[in-house]
Amino acid sequence: MNSVGEGCTDLKREYDQCFNRWFAEKFLKGDRSGDPCTETFRKYQHCVQKAIKEKDIPIDGVEFMGPNKDKPES
Amino acid sequence: MVKYFSNSTDIRSTWDHVVSAFWQRYPNPFSTHVLTEDVVYREVTADHRLLSRRLLTKTNRLPRWAERFFPSGMSRSVYIIEDSIVDPVTRSLTTYTWNLNHTTLMSVEERCVFQESGEQPASTQLKREAWISSSVYGFSRPIQEFGLARFKSNQVKAMKGLEYALSNLHGMYTAAAVKGEKCKGKGLLGPRPTS
Repeated sequence: MNSVGEGCTDLKREYDQCFNRWFAEKFLKGDRSGDPCTETFRKYQHCVQKAIKEKDIPIDGVEFMGPNKDKPES
Repeated sequence: MVKYFSNSTDIRSTWDHVVSAFWQRYPNPFSTHVLTEDVVYREVTADHRLLSRRLLTKTNRLPRWAERFFPSGMSRSVYIIEDSIVDPVTRSLTTYTWNLNHTTLMSVEERCVFQESGEQPASTQLKREAWISSSVYGFSRPIQEFGLARFKSNQVKAMKGLEYALSNLHGMYTAAAVKGEKCKGKGLLGPRPTS
């Protein structure tokens, strides 16, 4: 899958691979020992956040799960 | 005026597999309309929940009659945010997805809860809700109807895409567990949603 930043796709794939492994083998099993993906995430974010600004994608300041606040409980 | 939609379905896979597949469902044969996918925020909270935000861009396929509401030169892609919370203690994944742009034309918000099923350990219940609205003067009703029809059709694709990702995962686990034996993935979804 491609990143919205054309030059970020390789970094994204590297991060995704690291995350998927950590998620299944550590996170879901309750293992709270460090996150091996911090460095690859940092590099990926540096790239993709730049692309988001360049493309003027209006994601800045959007509150996490914002629109869910005015909805009744599921 | 908002159109509301909801349905529930059972996925015949463990919650762990469903949640892992959730991150790996793009690309799949049913997601040609999804152009890009990026994680733009992630955090593990003190109580061990995983918060994530994904930014997706999708094509915006419109019927001919709706194209007049699109001034030429306006970006055709739709930017979508998908916020999610994975809670491995309560065994639930909650997602909230909505479009960032083209909101006057149509705003679609969707909430999904994937919950480990207490009765059948090897299944996961999915409850899906959507709120669809349009603010185009004089045309909000047909646009909302179109939006709801497209949403339903997209949900069929979304489930097929998730099933595809699940069979890939199952294939990996099965290949590791049963060396050398080929295992064909069968349909993993439970009965069709009634709505």
